[in-house]
Amino acid sequence: MADEEEDDIILSELPDDELVPQMGDDLYDGLKDEVAEGVNILLERGWAPYRILTEALVSGMTVVGNDFRDGILFVPEVLQAANAMKAGMAILKPLLAETGAPKMGKMVIGTVKGDIHDIGKNLVSMMMEGAGFDVVDLGINTDVDQYLGALETEQPDILGMSALLTTTMPYMKVVIDTMAERGIRGDYIVLVGGAPLNEEFGRAIGADAYCRDAAVAVETAKAFVARKHNQMAAG
Amino acid sequence: MTDALSRLLDTNDWLMADGATGTNLFNMGLSSGEAPELWNVDQPDNIRALYRGAVEAGSDIFLTNSFGGNAARLKLHDAQNRVAELNRIAAELGREVADAAGRTVVVAGSVGPTGEIMEPMGALSYASAVEIFHEQAEGLKAGGADVLWVETISAPDEFKAAAEACKMAGMPWCGTMSFDTAGRTMMGVTATALAELVDKLPYQPLAFGANCGVGASDLLRTVMGFAAAGTERPIIAKGNAGIPKYVDGHIHYDGTPALMADYAVLARDCGARIIGGCCGTTPEHLKAMREALETRAPGPRPSLEAIAEKLGGFSSASDGTGENAAPPPRPRRRRRS
Repeated sequence: MADEEEDDIILSELPDDELVPQMGDDLYDGLKDEVAEGVNILLERGWAPYRILTEALVSGMTVVGNDFRDGILFVPEVLQAANAMKAGMAILKPLLAETGAPKMGKMVIGTVKGDIHDIGKNLVSMMMEGAGFDVVDLGINTDVDQYLGALETEQPDILGMSALLTTTMPYMKVVIDTMAERGIRGDYIVLVGGAPLNEEFGRAIGADAYCRDAAVAVETAKAFVARKHNQMAAG
Repeated sequence: MTDALSRLLDTNDWLMADGATGTNLFNMGLSSGEAPELWNVDQPDNIRALYRGAVEAGSDIFLTNSFGGNAARLKLHDAQNRVAELNRIAAELGREVADAAGRTVVVAGSVGPTGEIMEPMGALSYASAVEIFHEQAEGLKAGGADVLWVETISAPDEFKAAAEACKMAGMPWCGTMSFDTAGRTMMGVTATALAELVDKLPYQPLAFGANCGVGASDLLRTVMGFAAAGTERPIIAKGNAGIPKYVDGHIHYDGTPALMADYAVLARDCGARIIGGCCGTTPEHLKAMREALETRAPGPRPSLEAIAEKLGGFSSASDGTGENAAPPPRPRRRRRS
């Protein structure tokens, strides 16, 4: 160890401008109890839930997302960070609803039929929640009827589909084609992701975008939702 | 008596493995989202044709159609009770094709990942993973597989669990991981780390290596990482035929037979002894690979630049090994214990 001076930090003794970056570090290190404690301290200090979400949690997860994108962090570390994020969100979620905090948008997400891989999809869910989106997770092995049913009942802005297998990725096209047949393709932003996919594949099957990883998914979702809102404002 | 793969490795400098399973079955009409393993029973002629395609193209080893044949994966097709049957038949069909080949062809029982995350990050315990793999291993053994072939793994514990299951089944085995994230596996394993992991296993594989992942270039960089780790064990290279594209309603990998021929020769130069393809690799690719391996002379280990020039660029600047092993330290505040 380079530095052995492992002073125990008492979170409640840190001023806000030190507590917030410390919470970012704790998120990065996946320390969920510390993150929850930090959230509670800020609440006690009169921070609005939405401010805690954006300034303490989302900003911390952005660092995690960037390092994941850049190949510095890998899935185990990101899962741990996302779990810590979840602990903070569990406290904030009811308060955000109560205080009528602004919403980024809503996403329905699921891993496609025949595929049980949910690691990437879970990461996207957690990072999207971390960025302030409402996420409805349909789980794994989702068939076209389940996707379409959820679109109808949840009325999301975004549909997210994930596939990890060469044998399951074409199913995304089945879903998108069915949406087109029913005349609802244009009503939703469709984002796809998964290890075997690439941008060109996303375009070829008619998705709005391919997202290389969870961090990119969040950025893409934000950009598309903003564009959609602008269009609605203009129209 | 030693197993068929060990015998072939003793008498050959290099061996050719097979190509894709999933993408080739698509070409025979498998629809997306369906379990390929069910075809062992429902469309056995297609599975025979798949195996024969590899054998006739010159493969010394082919993998059985059992990649997703574990209980965790078959569960979503409500076929979790058919693990023994589907794996046994996958191997039996393979045995039939291999024994009719007129030369030694190894039937390698494919064992893919469970798809679950292991503890403590996920819910799958080490003991359950061993049990899941063992059930599949026994099925493949009963059907007459020569070796078990654990592939596309990303987590070290899952690799270890599979090794233990192979030991319980009393079967020789080979194991490969998929390095698809900045030159590492999804779980962050580098080429060096896998080479070290393999050396420490209580029940060691006949050969180890990399399969699938991103493209042929990345895969060869990984193979060079194994070689640089100083392993004496045969190295396996099974890379995808380029990257997937969606053409006229189906998946097409953009790597040509000529490119895969170059890849095969470069893989040998990088230090691989078992060379094959993965997704998108058809018998046509395999024929070109076989011919290249037989007719082109082995060369010195290529540089990364030479690989990029022939096969295309890398997906990331570094693969986390060698001089770039440690990322620059993040400026940190005080760390707590």
